[in-house]
Amino acid sequence: MLTDILTIMPTPSQVVAAMPRSRFIGLMLLFLGPAVAIYTLFSIYPLLATISLSTYSTGPTGDHIFVGLANFITLLTDSVWSKPFWNAFFNNLLLFLVHMVVQNPIGIALAGLLSLPALRFRATYRTLIFLPTMLSVVIIGFAWNLILSPLWGVAEGFLKAIGLGAWFAPWLGLPSTALVTLSLISVWQFIGIPMMLIYASLLNIPEELVDAARVDGLGQLRIFFHIKLPLILPTIGMVSILTFVGNFNAFDLIYAVKGALAGPNFASDILGTYFYRTFFGYQLQVGSPTMGATVATVMFLIILVGVCVYLFLVQRRMLRYTF
Amino acid sequence: MTRSRITRLGVHAVLFAYVLLAILPILLVVMNSFKSHDAIFGAPLALPNADTFSLIGYQKVLAKSHAVTYFLNSMIVTLGSMFLVLLFGAMAAWALTEYKFRGSTLLALFLSIGIMVPIRLGSVAIVAMMRQSGLNDTLTALVLVYVAQGLPMAIFILSEFIEQIPKDLRDAARCDGVPETRIFFEVIAPLLRPAIATVAVFTMVPVWNDLWFPLLLTSSDSTHTITLGVQQFLGQYTTDWNSVLSALSLAILPVVVIYVIFSRQLISGLTAGAVK
Repeated sequence: MLTDILTIMPTPSQVVAAMPRSRFIGLMLLFLGPAVAIYTLFSIYPLLATISLSTYSTGPTGDHIFVGLANFITLLTDSVWSKPFWNAFFNNLLLFLVHMVVQNPIGIALAGLLSLPALRFRATYRTLIFLPTMLSVVIIGFAWNLILSPLWGVAEGFLKAIGLGAWFAPWLGLPSTALVTLSLISVWQFIGIPMMLIYASLLNIPEELVDAARVDGLGQLRIFFHIKLPLILPTIGMVSILTFVGNFNAFDLIYAVKGALAGPNFASDILGTYFYRTFFGYQLQVGSPTMGATVATVMFLIILVGVCVYLFLVQRRMLRYTF
Repeated sequence: MTRSRITRLGVHAVLFAYVLLAILPILLVVMNSFKSHDAIFGAPLALPNADTFSLIGYQKVLAKSHAVTYFLNSMIVTLGSMFLVLLFGAMAAWALTEYKFRGSTLLALFLSIGIMVPIRLGSVAIVAMMRQSGLNDTLTALVLVYVAQGLPMAIFILSEFIEQIPKDLRDAARCDGVPETRIFFEVIAPLLRPAIATVAVFTMVPVWNDLWFPLLLTSSDSTHTITLGVQQFLGQYTTDWNSVLSALSLAILPVVVIYVIFSRQLISGLTAGAVK
């Protein structure tokens, strides 16, 4: 009886397979068409067009002349271009290192505390610590600009109150400290992202593993370092590559606090602000779309190298730890 | 017993201290925006009281800027791009997970490039394209760019979500002879509602907060978004502390209110999206 019904009823895959080819193609065009069209036209095509534009130069009449890799050679060897480029590159590297050294360990520690069993007010802590991440970088940048300003004196007054008044300096204004201060502001804002991603992966660890360790007499601290930390290494790898891409693509914070000139004296200049100035020009220098495209292409290559290192080295090595 | 109690207190002390570090700077700005000029400098850490309370900053901001226009522009751009990202993203995710055809894996890979490669790197060509097509300085240009930016992540999240929907549902509908388009729009699409929060975190928040594309693609007051408007206003009135603090608070408060109302969904969405 049952087998009769089953043979009469077409199985679902047959329904799709029996569809006329033209109808199936039409269906796929309907479902995939809009997404693929918009994505290709406004994301992939501009990226390829930018890379292609980086091999052209603007002639005296405004037409584009093919110059091969000449723009890249200019960018990397002509000191007018290469000095600010390398300055921006190394500043960007420092921005990334501050995030890796400060943001990720604190994020991991906060996630570890939040995932402790039977912790009260867990949701409240989580919500409040994540709050700055939701706000615009522009707002955060200005708020800290005001707080650290010697004019207002809030930061100075606070340090005096805890007996560290002598430590105060106009950190955002000094060439030696501006970039590190901006990096720490960015860390302060975005700490919620590593915290939440690592918190989620800590919750996914099978309870039997943790219970077994507890039965064996391990304390929470040793459970964290010996059992949980190795298991969340893939997530830490993912957080690192997200940080890398985000940092080498950053712009908003520096522009909001320091403007396109990334002062003082380019001390806080990063690739994003350098790209903006090259493309749009600043003060007396005229913007150049072709050199802008060259800087963007170099940024693309840097990000590509980072993503490849992650995919081929970090992720492959970490697969051994996954459960 | 006492030792574990001390540990627990220590954990709460650390978390509480970090919470203060996270929200005090924001509270400080909002609190001082309600004070008179003298009180902002005289006692920055004090709450506003009857003597020091003042709304002068807010009056100036609303009189001198196009705050309402900027706010509406941001709403249109954010909601418009989120609607299109959800609609087109869900349709594409459904097609890629449900119907395997030659090249579908390759297409999925192609669509995932945008997760890692920032769309900003194509800015030079985007600006040229928008100028040529006459879309420069329109909200449409922003929406198109943000839809292209949001789709890869949305398709990734929604595909994982669609995989978890029991196969029986669609199969039952198919046996009843329901056409494929109706299976998606009437059976599958309503089931995707819980995924909206996750997609919203990854597409809506970055769009609302973006400074780069409004800076590149909008040039008149009628098309500025709130983030760009605040940035330009702050740049112009740096010395007028009442106005600056009020403008910052006006930009902070709506986001905080929406965040507090939806924080549970947003955070569970974030952790759900991050599982894999």
